[in-house]
Formats: sequence, C-alpha cells, structure tokens
Amino acid sequence: MSETSAGGAPRPRTIDVVNASLKRRYARERRFRLLGLTALVLGLLFVVLLFGDILSKGYTALQQTYIRLPVTFEAAVIDPEGTRERETLMRANYAGLIRNALRRAFPEVTDRRQVRALAGMISVGAPTHLRDMVLADPDLVGTTVEVSLLADDDIDMLVKGHIDRTRPESERRVDDQTLGWVERLEEGGRVQKRLNTVFFTHGTSREPELAGIAGALMGSFYTLLLTLLFSFPIGVGAALYLEEFAPKNRWTDLIEVNINNLAAVPSIVFGLLGLAVFIGVFGVPRSTPLVAALVLTLMTLPTIIIASRAALKSVPPSIREAALGVGASPLQTQLHHVLPLAMPGMLTGTIIGMAQALGETAPLLMIGMIAFIVDIPSGFTSPATVLPVQIFLWADSPERAFVERTSAAILVLLGFLILMNLTAVMLRRKFERRW
Amino acid sequence: MSTTVEELKQRSGAVSAKELAGDRESRATVGDVTVADPRMVCRAVDVWYGDKQAINGVSLDIGKNEVVSMIGPSGCGKTTFLRCLNRMNDTIDGCRVTGSITLDGQEIYDKGLDPVPLRARVGMVFQKPNPFPKSIYENVAYGPRIHGLTNNRAELDELVTSSLQKAGLWEEVKDRLGQPGTGLSGGQQQRLCIARTIAVSPEVILMDEPCSALDPIATAVIEELIDELRANYSIAIVTHSMQQAARVSQRTAYFHLGDLIEVGETNQIFTNPRHKLTEDYITGRFG
Repeated sequence: MSETSAGGAPRPRTIDVVNASLKRRYARERRFRLLGLTALVLGLLFVVLLFGDILSKGYTALQQTYIRLPVTFEAAVIDPEGTRERETLMRANYAGLIRNALRRAFPEVTDRRQVRALAGMISVGAPTHLRDMVLADPDLVGTTVEVSLLADDDIDMLVKGHIDRTRPESERRVDDQTLGWVERLEEGGRVQKRLNTVFFTHGTSREPELAGIAGALMGSFYTLLLTLLFSFPIGVGAALYLEEFAPKNRWTDLIEVNINNLAAVPSIVFGLLGLAVFIGVFGVPRSTPLVAALVLTLMTLPTIIIASRAALKSVPPSIREAALGVGASPLQTQLHHVLPLAMPGMLTGTIIGMAQALGETAPLLMIGMIAFIVDIPSGFTSPATVLPVQIFLWADSPERAFVERTSAAILVLLGFLILMNLTAVMLRRKFERRW
Repeated sequence: MSTTVEELKQRSGAVSAKELAGDRESRATVGDVTVADPRMVCRAVDVWYGDKQAINGVSLDIGKNEVVSMIGPSGCGKTTFLRCLNRMNDTIDGCRVTGSITLDGQEIYDKGLDPVPLRARVGMVFQKPNPFPKSIYENVAYGPRIHGLTNNRAELDELVTSSLQKAGLWEEVKDRLGQPGTGLSGGQQQRLCIARTIAVSPEVILMDEPCSALDPIATAVIEELIDELRANYSIAIVTHSMQQAARVSQRTAYFHLGDLIEVGETNQIFTNPRHKLTEDYITGRFG
C-alpha cells in the first residue's frame, strides 16, 4: 500500500491513497449491512413461524361444536309431584332428558351400551346447562324446545377436522358407529359451530370442552394487581432513596451491586425462597394470589429499581438546582419536579416488570399454583392458578382438544404481553424529554 | 494559609511590591474586601472538592444595594464561591466548606442552620435558563406557594404579576401565563427564572453567568434589569464578560486559581488595576 518510503519516489497524493482503499471500505460496509439484514430477516422469520404455528393451532378453539336437538322437558322426569320447588328442580335427572332426546333422534338405537355411546356424544356439562335453563324459567317444564347441546371434545375434534375420517377405525378415537351418527346429524343440519364462550367464562376442567381460561385469567389479574401494589411503591421508593438521598459509600455500593445481581437470579430461586419464607415461616396460604404476588414482587423489584434509577438519572440536574434555588426542601424538589419528569421512565420499567411477572411460571410452581383449581378465584386469598401455569398444565394433557386450547391460551397471554409492552412504548413516546 | 480580618486590615492599601508583581506564593488579596454596609460577610472561606482545594481563603463582603461582579479565567473558583453563598454546594458529594460566611450577622454554615429558608433569602439564577417544565404562572408561583407567602389566589396572582413586571417579562407573557415556560425564548426564559427568584423576595440574588447563553439583545435587557433590581436587592454576579462586569457592577472581584486576587471599585479595577495578574487578565493577556 504505502510507497512513500520507496527511495526517491514522490509521496503519493492523499486522495489517491484514499481512492485506492475506498472500494474495500465500501465492500466491508456492504457486507456488514447484509449480515445485519440477514439476522433481522432470520429473527422475523422465526417470529412469524412461532405466531403462525400458535395461530393455526389456536384459532379453532374460538369455535365450539354444538348439537341441536329438540329436548322435551318432561314433567314426569323433572318434577313428578309438580311442586316446582327449587330443590327438586336442582336434583332432577337432566342427563336422562338428553338421552331421551337422542333416542328420539335415533329411534333404531335400543341397546343399552349403544345408548350410552350415543349419550357420550354430548358433553357431561350439557345437563348442567339444561338445569340452568329450567331454574331460570320453570315454565319450560312440560314443553319441547330446540336446545344446542355442547358436544363432547372428541366429536368437536371430528367436526373441526382434527380427526381424519378416512383412517381405519382402529387408528381413530371415534368409532365407525359414532361417525355414522355424527354424519347423520350433520346431514340433518343439527351440528353447528358457535363462538366458544365457555373458553372465556369457565375455569379449567378435566373435560376439554368445559375447560376455560377465566379462572387462570382472574388468578393472573389478582396476582398482578397485588404485585403492582407491592412492587411499584417499594421499587420507586428504593430508587428515589438510593439515587437522591442515600450517601454514596461502601454500603450503598454493596446494595447497588446486589440489586443488579438480583435481576439475574433464576426465577425458580425466588420460588424456593417464597416457599421457605412466605409459606414456611409466615404461613401465607399456598397457591393463592397473595403468596404469588409476594414472590413476583421480589422478582420484579430489581427491574423496577434499575429502570427507576435510570429514569431519575436522566432528569437534568438543572431542574433540581432550580427547585433547591427557590428554597424547596429536598423532598419537595423530588416530589414536585424530579418524580413527575421521571415517572414515564419508571412506569415503562414497571410495565416491563409486570409483563415479566405475567409470563412467569417456574417460581409459581414452587408455591403451589400448579394445583388443579376449577373454581374461578374470588379474591386474593382464594386458591388460584395463573395463565402461564394453566398453559403448562394443559400442554401436559393428552386429549387432542387441549392442544388447541393450549394454543389459544398462549395467544391470550401473548396478547396481554403485547398490550403491556405497547403501553410501555406509548408512554415512552408520549413523555419523551419535555425540556 | 488563610488571611485573618486583622491581616486584611493591615494589608489593604499596603501590599508589597512583590505581591503586586504577581508572586503566586502570596495569597493576600489586594484592595479593600470590606464595605461600610455589608449584607453578607465572607471571611477566609476554603472549599475542597474531596482532596482538591478549589478556593483558598477568600474574604469578601457583599454590600446592601450593590452589584458585586466576580471575574476570572475558567476554573478559577468564582462559581464555586458563589454557590457557597446559598449553600448550593451542599448538593455536591465530597464538597467541604470552611471559614465564615454570614448573612445579616448570622453564620450560614452553622450546624443548626437550615439551608432551605436560607435559599429563600439568598436566591439564585443559573447559567443555563432552567424554568420548570410547567406553565409560566406555575414557575413564578412555585416559590411563594411552597413557602406559604400568600394567603389566597388573588394575592398569589398579584405576586406573580408584580414579579413578572419586575423581571420585565410581564408585557410579553401576560396573555399566555398558562403556556409552558420552556416554550419561551432563551432570554425570556432567563427573565422568567429571575422572576421566579424574586417572587420569594430574597435579600441577596446570586447570578451565575446569567447571560452566557443569550444573544446581545437579550443580554442588554437582563443587564438593564440587574441595574433596576439593585434598588431592592444585593446582587453577586459571576460573569465571563468583562464588559458586562464593567457595565452592571459597582465593585469587581478578580479570582485566579482559587484565590481572590484583587477587589475594588469596578472603575478602578478596569482602569487602574494594582495587581499584575488582574492587569494581565483585563488587558487580555490570558483568560
């Protein structure tokens, strides 16, 4: 490259040297850009694949198969004495009504085992639905009404096409006989797919068609609400004290290092801590939103403190000086001027911490959130599970119908996470540097 | 090596030829640091940032209704000294102040003295205009509000109006008091900061290069304002511009590397400096 040292040769002009190397420099730049672009495309591709997979598996869970049958609310079965007492109506044999309705639809079926198979096409939750109808309107007794009955999960899968009808009977979960009945019902227009409200209004269940995310959603809601109530004031207070009031010495340095390290501790460790301390020592009831919130608070605190301190640092010192200069006390300076300016950054950090908490599974397994809880939690101390744990549990279930429900639950979880992160981004955009 | 009051009395007007020639071994101040009617009296003030000494034994009086300007090359400690006067240096970690600074005879570095009311009595205007990111009205009303200077909204309105009038900003902003103070021009922002400072009726106003971020026209407006404010307040101003010091101040103090080199009537300092360093600085040989 350099020919300047060669004997008496004249020194080359700078522009010639620059031009000679220019091509190589640009080539390097192009290579770097290409690499970056490749990485980006790869990343996006995986995101698209992930979402595509979950969406394609999960969207069918938004629909549920119902079988429409004329059900006769026979007075002889429901209320033979005609008292119309609530107690009697509650205890009546509604499964029998469904069996009778099915037998009328398929008059040729008489064998008891076959009748049982026939009844198996309808979900075990359907009698409860009939009972609720009668309790709501006792005048139904004695009449015949077209009722859409929730289909069993196998029938649901068959109708949605997840079970291949062309396969031999031995490799199919639905036998030829049932398949024939379903096809007859389909021809009669008695099979319909409707919006799956059960999924959003029910707690979990052993029966896939009766399983919903309402319980897990409420559990997550209570847990996050408590986590926010605990971690936001503590986190902001700690950040404010450490950043603005605490003397800078070895102790505060030690605390700072510890906070930064805590952010990197595996979350299961927090679960163990919660089990040992909150449940073991303080006797907080297990598998409740309360104990979950305590554990998640520990987990999100470092995130909130670090984000809050960064937000406080970004407030220009001139604002503090201005406030102190007119005689504001240090606390007034912080509360009136610094905190409002740092708040968007703090909220962003908090929302990201909350999103982290919402998606957390491992520590909650340790404190009993993995229990099978059908009831929708009604408060902070009622047994509950949360969305990611529910997904974990459903993913473990063998029924084919749980696959689509798992994917749908993941979609709901992802939806909430995206919503929270979008809020964080919006907050940042809206309040970005106002001075 | 700090000077006592007695030493100073002896020295003022009788400084050796060696010192006048700019001998750096001597840290005595040339000229009379005292005034007949002082508001603030500083004696033998030392300031350390950690192990580094930023101010060496500075003694200076700030009289009633006068403007004292402090000039000197960058890093000479004039801003540090100014910030001692309302204990603004308290906010800096590792900053230590010794010596005596009194306001109306009261020691401001007394252990029991609360810097919060002190700063209400000794206001400060900063180098960069720093209005709060709030409305113009709120900027001025903030001080009176936290100190509880007014009893009702009407009184507060009047105080805000009169402060803005004194700062010469009223005519420009009276129709948009609700708009953010940060939306004003640089010169207007600085006058807003002055209005904010005088709203709490301080006795002394400290100004740290108040015009360094402003254009000449805005500077002229502020200088005029400083001259008017002198009627009611004592003003200490740090400035990089010697012309500004000459225009606005009655007395001038020349700082050099943490020492107060020379103090005197502004006229005398700029026309007939006695110390070699002062002369070098004002004639532009360094700084």
